[in-house]
Amino acid sequence: MMIWILAALVGMGALAWGFRFAGQQVTGQKPVFRDMPFGVAYGYVLAGFAACCLVWAYYQGHSSDPLVANKFFFLRIGIEGFIIFAIAAWLFRLAGRNVGTAWTKKLFRAMPLTAAFGILIILIYAVLAIFAGALAPYGQEQIIPGVAANITPGGDPALGGNPDFPLGTDQIGRDILSRLIYGAQNTVGIAFATTLLAFFLGGAFGFLAATFGGWLDQILSRMVDVLMAIPSLIFALLLMTIASVWAPRLGVPLTVFMVVIIAVIDSTRVFRLSRAVGQNIVVMDYIEAAKLRGEGLGYLIFREILPNATAPLLAEFGLRFCFVFLTIAALSFLGVGIQPPLADWGTMVRDLSSFVNYAQFAPMAATAPLLAAGAIALLTVAVNFVVDWMLHKSSGLKE
Amino acid sequence: MDNVLKIIMQRLALGLLTLLVVSVVIFVAVNMLPGDFAQAILGQGATAESVAAIRRDLGLDQSLFTRYFDWLGGVVQGDFGTSFASANAANFSGTNSGVTTVAQQIAPRFANTMFLAAVTAVIAVPVSITLGILAALYRNSLFDRATNIFTLSSISSPEFFLAYVLILFLAVVNPIFPSLSNIYEGMAFSERLNKSMLPALVLTLVVTAHMMRMTRAAIINLLASPYIEMARLKGISPMRVIVKHALPNALAPIINVVALNLAYLITGVVVVEVVFVYPGIGQLFVDSVKLRDIPVVQACCLIFAAAYILLNLTADIMSILSNPRLRHPK
Repeated sequence: MMIWILAALVGMGALAWGFRFAGQQVTGQKPVFRDMPFGVAYGYVLAGFAACCLVWAYYQGHSSDPLVANKFFFLRIGIEGFIIFAIAAWLFRLAGRNVGTAWTKKLFRAMPLTAAFGILIILIYAVLAIFAGALAPYGQEQIIPGVAANITPGGDPALGGNPDFPLGTDQIGRDILSRLIYGAQNTVGIAFATTLLAFFLGGAFGFLAATFGGWLDQILSRMVDVLMAIPSLIFALLLMTIASVWAPRLGVPLTVFMVVIIAVIDSTRVFRLSRAVGQNIVVMDYIEAAKLRGEGLGYLIFREILPNATAPLLAEFGLRFCFVFLTIAALSFLGVGIQPPLADWGTMVRDLSSFVNYAQFAPMAATAPLLAAGAIALLTVAVNFVVDWMLHKSSGLKE
Repeated sequence: MDNVLKIIMQRLALGLLTLLVVSVVIFVAVNMLPGDFAQAILGQGATAESVAAIRRDLGLDQSLFTRYFDWLGGVVQGDFGTSFASANAANFSGTNSGVTTVAQQIAPRFANTMFLAAVTAVIAVPVSITLGILAALYRNSLFDRATNIFTLSSISSPEFFLAYVLILFLAVVNPIFPSLSNIYEGMAFSERLNKSMLPALVLTLVVTAHMMRMTRAAIINLLASPYIEMARLKGISPMRVIVKHALPNALAPIINVVALNLAYLITGVVVVEVVFVYPGIGQLFVDSVKLRDIPVVQACCLIFAAAYILLNLTADIMSILSNPRLRHPK
C-alpha cells in the first residue's frame, strides 16, 4: 500500500517535469512555463489527477452493478449537487446583473460566485421558513394513519420507498419532507429570534458602557469577562440542566429558556464588539457637538452612534447567527435543545443517525439523517460566504 | 528577563482570579436548582428522616457560603465529591462499595480526551500551517480560492455533519476506520490510535480552517513590508522569502491562534465524542447533564473552564514572549 502511494507520488513528479517541459517546448518558452517552479507544476499534475479520480468515481456511481454504484452513490450525489448549486448561483448572479435597479446591478457585477450562492440559499431558506405551512404536504407532528414507519427516501417501491413520501418517513411514521420544511421554520426561526435578542441585549449594554464609561463600563465589562471565561457550549449545557428542572415547575416551555440562555451567553460577544465600536465613535467631534447641543442619551445612541456602527454590527450579526444556529443545533442534537414534537434538524439527525450504517447496501436509507445535517450545514456555509464577502468588501482588503 | 517574569506572574494571577470567579458562578448556578441534592439522591419515595440524614451527611444544612468553601477546599485537593448516579445505585443495592467519587469517574476519561486532543493537534497544526504557507505563497490563485472555500465550508458546518460524512465515507462505504471509538484501558497504542482516528479527523477539519486562515493572513500582512521587498529584490525565491523572512515575524499571531484552537479542542469535543461514543470527558458531561448528576456536571464544567482559561493564558503569554515589543514595554 505504502509502496504504491510512494510510486504514484514519484510518478507524478516525473509527469510534472514532463508537463512543464512540454509546456515550454509547445508555447515557445512563454514566461508562464519558463518561470514555473517545480512545485507549481507538481500542483497542476496533482489537481489533474484528483479531477480524473473524481470523474472516474462519478462514472462508477452510474455503474450498472448495484454494489459498485452504491459505493460511489454519495460521491455522485455530492458532485451533482456541487455542479447544480454552482450553475444555480451563476444563473442567479446573471439574473441579478440584468434585473433590478442600478444599485443592485452594480452590487451583483462585483459579486463572487460564492456570495451569490450564499444569497440564493438564504433566500430559499427564508421562503421555506415563511411559507412552511403552505409548502409542507403534511403536518410536522402528524402521524399519518395507515403509513408505515421508516419508509426509505427515494420513493422507489422496489427499495422500500413510497412515491407519496419522496423523502420517506421517520421512526414513528411522520413525513420527513414536511419535517424538514417545518424544521426551516422552527430551527431557523428560533435561531433568528435568539440572535435578535442577543443583539438587543449586547448592543444596548455595549453602547451604554461606551457612552457612560466609568464604573458602569467597569462592572459590565468584568461581568462579561467572567461569562466569556466559560466555554459557551459547556455553559449552555450547564444552564440547560438547571432550566430543564425549572421549566415544568414554572410551566414555561424549555425552548423559551433555551432562547434566553443562549441569547445571554452570546450577547457577551456582541457586547464586546458594540462597546469597542461605540468607544471609537464616542470620541468623535460630532458626538461632542451633539452633547453640547444638549441632546439626551437616547438621541446620542440611536441617532449618532447606531447609524455609524451599522456596517460592523451587520457583519457580526451574520456570524453570530451562525454561532447561535450551530449552538442550538448542537444542543438539540445532544437532546437538550428544541423539544419534540417540534420538527427540528438537530433532533432529526440524532433520531435518524443510525441509518448511516446502512449506506453500503441501501444508500437511500442513509440520506435521511444527512439531509437534516446537510440542511444545517448549507445555511451556515451560505451565511458565512455572504459575511466573508461583506467583510472583504468593507475592509477594502485587496491582496 | 525580570520584566517577562513579572508579566507572566501577573497573567497567572489574573487567570487564577478568573477561575475563582468562574467557580463561584458555576456553584451559584448549580445551587439555583429547585429542591435539594438529598431529594435528588433519594428520589420520590424518601422519608423525612432519611432526607434529613443525607442532608446532614452531605452538609446541605449549612449555608451556601460555607458549602462553597467546603466544595472549593475539596476541589483544590482533587476531591470533587460523590456522583449522584453511583450513590443512587449504591443506595438501591444497600452496599457502600459501588460508590465512586467524581474524581475516579473523571480521571480516566480526562486522559482519553487529552489523548484525542493530542492526536488532533499532531495532525492539525502541521497541516494547517503548511496549507496557510502555501495559500500565502500562491495567493489569489485557484489553489488559494479552493482552499478558502473548502476551509470556510468545513468551519461553518456543524461538527456532527462532518462526523457523519466522514463515518459515511471512511467507515461505512470504505471500511478503513471503525465508526465507534470504544476505547478501554490497557489497549495497544496502535489500536487506540486507529479507533480515535475518525473523531480526530473531524476535529482536525473543524480547527484547521481557522489556523490556516490566520497563518495566511499573518504572512500576507507582512508581505508589504520593506524588508520583504528587499529580500525579493535580492532575487530570493518566493518560498524562501516566506519561510525564512516572513514566517518568523508572523509567528506570534500563529502561536496565538494555535493555542486558542487547542482550547477549542478541549471544550468543543462534546458533540464529536457523543457521535463516536468516545469515552471522554465530553461524553460524561452530556450523560450527567441528562441524568442531572449535579456533582459531575459541576466538576466537568470547572475542568473545561480551567482548561479553557489555561490555554487562553498560554496564548497570551506566548504572544508576549514571541514579541520583543511586548517583552520590553516602554
